[in-house]
Amino acid sequence: MVTAQSQPQSAETEKYNVIGTRPIRHDGVDKVTGAAQYGADLNLPGMLAGRVLRSPHAHARIVSIDTSKAEALEGVLAVITNADFPRASDEVIDTGEGTAQLNWVLDNVIASDKVLYKGHAVAAVAATDHHIAEDAIELIDVEYELLTPVLDVRDAMVDGSPLLHESLYTGSMDGSKSDNPSNTASHLQFTKGDLDAGFAEAEVVIEREFETSMAHQGYIEPHNGSAYYRADGTLDIWTSTQGAFVVRDSVAPLLQLSPSQVKVTPMEIGGGFGGKIPVYLEPLAALLSQKTGRPVKLTMNREEVLLATGPTSGTYMRVRMGAKRDGTLVAADVHLAFEAGAYPGSPVGAGAMCALAPYDIPNQRIDGYDVVVNKPKTAAYRAPGAPQSEFATESVLNELAEELGIDPIEIRMKNAAEEGAQRADGFTYGVVGNVECMTAAQESPHWQSELEGPNRGRGVAQGFWFNIGFESSAYAQVNGDGTVPLVLGSTDIGGTRASLAMQLAETLGISAEEVRPHVVDTNSVGYTQVTGGSRTTFAGGWAAYETAMDIRRQMEERAAVIWECDASDVTYGDDAIIRGPADEDGNDQQLTFKELAAQLASTGGHIVGRADVNKTSSGPAFATHIVDVEVDPDTGKVDILRYTAVQDAGTAIHPAYVEGQMQGGVAQGVGMALNEEYYYDDSGDLKNASLLDYRMPTALDLPMIEPIIVEVPNPGHPYGVRGVGEVPIIPPAPAVRAAIANAIGVHMSELPMSPRAILEATVLEE
Amino acid sequence: MQAVKYARAGSVEEAVSLLQDGGDTARPLAGGTDVIVQARERTRDINLFVDIKHIPELISIEYSADSGLTIGAATPCYQLYGDSTISELYPALVDSTSLIGGTAIQGRASLGGNLCNSSPAADGIPSLIVLEAQVEIAGPNGRRTVAVEDFCTSPGRNVLGDGEFVVKLHFPAPAEGSGARFLRFIPRNEMDIAVANAATQVRLAADGTVTWARVSVGAIAPTPLLVSDAADALVGQPLSEETIAAAAAASSAAANPITDMRGSIRQRVHLAGVLTERTIRQAAERAA
Ligand SMILES: Cc1cc2nc3c(=O)[nH]c(=O)nc-3n(C[C@H](O)[C@H](O)[C@H](O)COP(=O)(O)OP(=O)(O)OC[C@H]3O[C@@H](n4cnc5c(N)ncnc54)[C@H](O)[C@@H]3O)c2cc1C
Repeated sequence: MVTAQSQPQSAETEKYNVIGTRPIRHDGVDKVTGAAQYGADLNLPGMLAGRVLRSPHAHARIVSIDTSKAEALEGVLAVITNADFPRASDEVIDTGEGTAQLNWVLDNVIASDKVLYKGHAVAAVAATDHHIAEDAIELIDVEYELLTPVLDVRDAMVDGSPLLHESLYTGSMDGSKSDNPSNTASHLQFTKGDLDAGFAEAEVVIEREFETSMAHQGYIEPHNGSAYYRADGTLDIWTSTQGAFVVRDSVAPLLQLSPSQVKVTPMEIGGGFGGKIPVYLEPLAALLSQKTGRPVKLTMNREEVLLATGPTSGTYMRVRMGAKRDGTLVAADVHLAFEAGAYPGSPVGAGAMCALAPYDIPNQRIDGYDVVVNKPKTAAYRAPGAPQSEFATESVLNELAEELGIDPIEIRMKNAAEEGAQRADGFTYGVVGNVECMTAAQESPHWQSELEGPNRGRGVAQGFWFNIGFESSAYAQVNGDGTVPLVLGSTDIGGTRASLAMQLAETLGISAEEVRPHVVDTNSVGYTQVTGGSRTTFAGGWAAYETAMDIRRQMEERAAVIWECDASDVTYGDDAIIRGPADEDGNDQQLTFKELAAQLASTGGHIVGRADVNKTSSGPAFATHIVDVEVDPDTGKVDILRYTAVQDAGTAIHPAYVEGQMQGGVAQGVGMALNEEYYYDDSGDLKNASLLDYRMPTALDLPMIEPIIVEVPNPGHPYGVRGVGEVPIIPPAPAVRAAIANAIGVHMSELPMSPRAILEATVLEE
Repeated sequence: MQAVKYARAGSVEEAVSLLQDGGDTARPLAGGTDVIVQARERTRDINLFVDIKHIPELISIEYSADSGLTIGAATPCYQLYGDSTISELYPALVDSTSLIGGTAIQGRASLGGNLCNSSPAADGIPSLIVLEAQVEIAGPNGRRTVAVEDFCTSPGRNVLGDGEFVVKLHFPAPAEGSGARFLRFIPRNEMDIAVANAATQVRLAADGTVTWARVSVGAIAPTPLLVSDAADALVGQPLSEETIAAAAAASSAAANPITDMRGSIRQRVHLAGVLTERTIRQAAERAA
């Protein structure tokens, strides 16, 4: 196997053999040669092509659906609508990074009485090829009664707004419900201290309003889902997903099957960022297969991905923050209204918990509203909710610093949350690297450099994300040649085959290359939560570590058989040498891992180590970013000149992949900052459902992003891991906003800060 | 994508008869970078592609000082910007052809296709307009020539009649002291459709007086515009802040854009002026 050029380990990881090095990822060769099998690559004998008919309207009642002409088309084997599914109850199921009512999950997969966003699935067909399937959906006649679309979160919250769901009432944290139905699905509030007293103490108060647009994850691989419903009542699903078990546990109740009847095989995944947790096509493929008795494959094109999968929330936010002249923050009042899309479940809760998380502010109130609008149901997107809420709070903090004439990193240090600080939602921090990130940013070559030239500016921002733990499972056998196949339930998006194999290798004292990681189906490994919440290298790492410890214990027992001693007299060393008591002649007895592996067959058979973990805590992540921009005042275009991302990784298992996560997060954050937006017309038609007009940054739009990894090990993990995937998407937008203000003196109040928005705030201001 | 028929024309006459027989749903196929996408997305009803790339005349570059430059309508962008005569004498064509799409697209995309697709935002057309291109059209009644600024009639529509297609584009040899520049504005640095674009050609006398000018602005009206008021503001005097500002104002005044996901009316009117100003300055640098 190829190994990467070695680079020196960090001071924190020097003590390890494998951790902190940069081996070539195990799945790399298959990916670069094209051998890796993604969801759309699956082809089975007799497989049918499916296609989905989607709503042209944002809000309408379905009066009737006539599928007869489509059914009559030669080559069409089945046409389904919502009515073909068993009636779904309002039971709440686990949907990966949240929960949802089963009937809403079904209605989002395929509309029942109403369509609630443009692109909402209305019917699906299975045909002998995809041309016929495309023709068939055009033959389905749907009669709609148009309703007024609700497109703005504030309009949606007003009494008397058209309602998306007659049965939706506003829920509060105490469990109570509003008297009248509403588009506001829930209201939550976190408080701390005495807000009024805090503001009374403040010497400077700044209040700002912000609007942000829906933004999509923009993964390269479109969604797909294939299914084969067998004659014996078992259902096989193949899909590119972040969580095979969540797919199983969502599809099974929708078809009224028990989870044991459903096997989900996760295919290689071309990006997800949270958007590949919910099911869209899988239940349709399953029902079409049930109807036809043949395997069915459904794939989305890019337009469908943008129209009908889950972006992150657009928002309206208001932040009031008060400080003393010396920069001490004394009070903060945060109002967050998040678009959930067509069904409840925006990430406003997480956004609220993160909003002020980097700071120890004595008096706080954070209100969050989850609001349905006629746009696609939002899904998780990298630190769901936090890029929005922290954009608002970090922006106001930057303006406070400016107003007070205090350096923006200094004001953050002065108010930084450290071990023992408590957030308004009640969580108390353990060991965190918040200040360490700020210090590293201050010491960075970027911060130390001078920025010169007209229309140029520099900005900084801090970011916080919880990270999560929960269930992971793994097992590993030991081959006679000392190699160790490692079986995982976590689909690999960001290099987790490598990061988990490395933790197993470290624990066993062998090389990363001697471990062969495999991601398998739901029948072939224990329950594993989604790859999301920056949990996989953390919780999966725990599972890999425990698996290795199980192997070590069993290897000690085998050595004891060979040496005819008690297992407690054998020790497995971190150097992968198994040492026993001295033999009769007083000589040391020892075996290497490889030598002992070769003797497993003759000492009782091969062994398997296994572990199931469920980690309810994790290690929070902080980041500090610095950006330099240049604004073209005539066109409003912002160029990113230089970008430095500092982040506490706990321990960087594979530093290159940590850097990749940091750079990828920045790229997405800059996209949200500058150009990415869901652009709707007044009828609720998404006008930019293509990657031409949904403008993610290209390679030419970003400089090399300079990563600086800080390592404050997480005491809750054997190797100190904190999740790293999400936090880097948070600081870019407020940092870029501050840099723009520094360049041209204008504080933007919306995302994206597109050329158009900047012109409208400057030369075209009305 | 719907099922389509494909025919490869070997001569101009064969292409004309294939197009005529095919009627409304037959389309010439040059690089296919617009039309195959439209067929796939079913935004255009197409039954027959008549591939014109294999007609020798359609892929050609000829230049002489007397008759100027003639290019085959299907000549791919990379051959145009890779041609030393074009890059020396017609740098505005290089500006346009090296920025349409990316390297892969430029291997196929043609100026004939860019013109005949007749998008208001086409990045080839403003350069063709300021370079005074004449469009040679073949059809059932033989050949005719149309000035490029009269070619497009509305978004996606042009003067081509049944069975007609564009064979060649002719450009006069650049006069002494000429310089031309094309620029577009997009929010990113690549792969985008112009929010607005513009081209200018100026001719400067030895004393710096502008003796002739053409200004064209795109994506700000149903078709790319030849803005004669902008040229008039420049001609007869040396370039100055005032004349440039007046030309820019003329472009903004001529603009009649829409608001869409790519830009707003006010933004486009403003950009028409900004790009006019910038292309004038840079065309003048090239003229000097
Ligand atoms: C990824 C991508 C990026 C792009 N970027 C840009 C860009 O930056 N700027 C830009 O302006 N465009 C861009 N385009 C659009 C397209 O590439 C250009 O318009 C290109 O010049 C079209 O040329 P073609 O030879 O491929 O035309 P085709 O697709 O072959 O034809 C276009 C149309 O013209 C007709 N046609 C072609 N040749 C003739 C002829 N000789 N006579 C009569 N009718 C004819 C066809 O029937 C069709 O209707 C992009 C396209 C893609 C896919």
